[in-house]
Amino acid sequence: MWTLEIEPDGPASAAAAPGQFNMLTAFGVGEAAISLSGDPAEPGRLVHTIRAVGPVSHALAQLRPGAALGLRGPFGAGWPMAEAAGRDVVIMAGGLGLAPLRPAIYRLLAERARYGQVQVLYGARSPADILFRRELESWRRRLDVEIEVTVDHAAVSDWRGHVGVVTTLLGRAAFDPANTVALVCGPEIMMRFCAAALGDAGVKAEAIHLSMERNMKCAIGLCGHCQFGPVFICRDGPVFRYDQVAGLLRHKEL
Amino acid sequence: MDHQGPSVLTALGLQALFDSLRHRGYRIVGPKVRDGAIVYDDLDGVADLPQGWTDEQAPGRYRLARRDDAALFGYAVGPHSWKAFLHPSVQRLWTARREGDAVTVTPEPTSAERFAFIGVRACELKAIEIQDRVFVGGAHIDPHYRARREGAFIVAVNCAEAAGTCFCVSMGSGPKVEAGYDLALTEITEGEHRFVVEAGSEAGRQVLAELQAHAAMDGDLDAAEAVVQRTAASMGRQMRSDDLRELLAANLEHPRWDDVADRCLTCGNCTMVCPTCFCTSVEDSSDLTGAESSRTRRWDSCFTMDFTHVPGGSVRASARSRYRQWMTHKLSSWVDQFGTSGCVGCGRCLTWCPVGIDITEEVRAIRESPSKQGAGT
Ligand SMILES: Cc1cc2nc3c(=O)[nH]c(=O)nc-3n(C[C@H](O)[C@H](O)[C@H](O)COP(=O)(O)OP(=O)(O)OC[C@H]3O[C@@H](n4cnc5c(N)ncnc54)[C@H](O)[C@@H]3O)c2cc1C
Ligand code: SF4
Ligand code: SF4
Ligand code: FES
Repeated sequence: MWTLEIEPDGPASAAAAPGQFNMLTAFGVGEAAISLSGDPAEPGRLVHTIRAVGPVSHALAQLRPGAALGLRGPFGAGWPMAEAAGRDVVIMAGGLGLAPLRPAIYRLLAERARYGQVQVLYGARSPADILFRRELESWRRRLDVEIEVTVDHAAVSDWRGHVGVVTTLLGRAAFDPANTVALVCGPEIMMRFCAAALGDAGVKAEAIHLSMERNMKCAIGLCGHCQFGPVFICRDGPVFRYDQVAGLLRHKEL
Repeated sequence: MDHQGPSVLTALGLQALFDSLRHRGYRIVGPKVRDGAIVYDDLDGVADLPQGWTDEQAPGRYRLARRDDAALFGYAVGPHSWKAFLHPSVQRLWTARREGDAVTVTPEPTSAERFAFIGVRACELKAIEIQDRVFVGGAHIDPHYRARREGAFIVAVNCAEAAGTCFCVSMGSGPKVEAGYDLALTEITEGEHRFVVEAGSEAGRQVLAELQAHAAMDGDLDAAEAVVQRTAASMGRQMRSDDLRELLAANLEHPRWDDVADRCLTCGNCTMVCPTCFCTSVEDSSDLTGAESSRTRRWDSCFTMDFTHVPGGSVRASARSRYRQWMTHKLSSWVDQFGTSGCVGCGRCLTWCPVGIDITEEVRAIRESPSKQGAGT
């Protein structure tokens, strides 16, 4: 996992809202959609968290300090921060899904008084896969936010935290379901379980927001790759209100 | 001759139209016979047109045949569509040059080519209008499409012959051209071989004014009207289209998708020949030293596995899901996205499918099945 910090040298791009993404180019290799994962209060520092899984992400991860890359963005609809004001906020992240939620967490903490209870529930595969570990620990020391981390497997026994899927953390979290906004990002299957668990806990579908991932070749609604039924994820998302996509998520391979 | 209303041109007059367009700097492309099909290619003159040829089409079948007259436009549509010119299959987007740590990106200039398209059918005009919505109708404009589109001069032709695979009447897109052309021709082969010409734009009026055309008589207009009437009455296929958006959206798990998946080869031919399909991919390349690189956009197809590749694998791995994506996009989700159907009833996807899958038949199978979900008749 690599964190890439980009200093723009061209015309300044618009300040990104939490949940938006950029298209990053490794010259000669290709382009990939990568979420902004930094502090939205510092729009001059474009921070991206990259997992090297294929040719483009490998090339981006291997860039040396000072090297040039291509950047287009920011794109897409982000997290509904305005809607969260005055309400409890439950954040559920799985794996790398914490990266696009991190700007939202920064914003919540920076404007802490505007929100009710704030819960961050994070699931990683193993203790070694936990992203932003030091930061999570420092947030945990705050009294005005609840941070819970769980892992799927804890082979090494120095893990004293929760073991199990992220939805198991929901039972422990204190929030008023009728007055809660939930922000969820992670693998699609994890998001489906989270949405169902949030629904069972009494959170309305309109108050649950998911960030979807699909193959993206343009990010501007022209290449057709990111279609999900009637929506273009690049243009209409990546963040969707659950009630708007719940019907589509029922169909496999859509 | 300068008069408003419809005019009449002879075959000789048609050559004058070619000359006038060339004189105005247009690159003339239109139908010609090549490799056993009528394709769109550069034309030198009227002599290049497929005179006396027609096409016989059925699902999975295309064959040229001789006509017993000298019609120049006596065929329906071939494997090509105008998207090959307005939205070419390969388009470089930019080149980049690296010097030390600095990289300079130079966008590919837009094309200055001005095409004159000869023989554009009503369904094809509708397909161009649909691609306009995709490429220049939204928040993000494709500059390459826009440049070619704005420069184009369109000579449309009212169809005098429907192929066995045509269903433009069902889709409300033909056979008579209604709008979006500079000049529209109706070819009349009974009596003197002639063309009734109508101008649909100022550019069309200017070109027409220079030609040796005389005003059309009532007899010419009646003959032209009879041509489209006859074509409309001889559609090879029909498909009820008013409720397709709802019908397909309600039947995403219909067993017919498994049935078609058993036949579909996922070859993607249907997407390549379809005049409205617009999906693309990009490829980056660089020279050996890595100093020069570029990005090229290519037509892509929702039938490939790569199309939905994400790190966990392909979202649409099964043939069932890929055929379902293609057909529901054309007929259902296109309406949500662009306010129009993505199908103009040109029949190309039927003809050029190696196993003859017929989109009208697939719809009918779902519509008429007892396991159909949702309302509708
Ligand atoms: C909105 C959004 C936000 C994202 N945010 C982040 C983020 O913050 N951090 C992050 O790390 N990732 C993020 N991603 C995911 C990231 O964009 C993809 O992982 C990206 O594809 C990585 O590109 P790659 O070339 O490294 O790998 P791949 O996608 O694996 O490969 C790129 C290309 O190679 C080909 N290819 C590779 N393997 C195969 C195969 N098995 N079968 C067929 N073709 C193959 C495909 O054509 C593919 O397009 C995000 C994605 C989206 C849509
Ligand atoms: S879906 Fe088939 S019939 Fe409809 S426009 Fe495309 S190729 Fe023509
Ligand atoms: S429907 Fe026919 S043309 Fe289209 S992918 Fe399947 S086999 Fe190929
Ligand atoms: S990524 Fe190209 S249409 Fe969405």
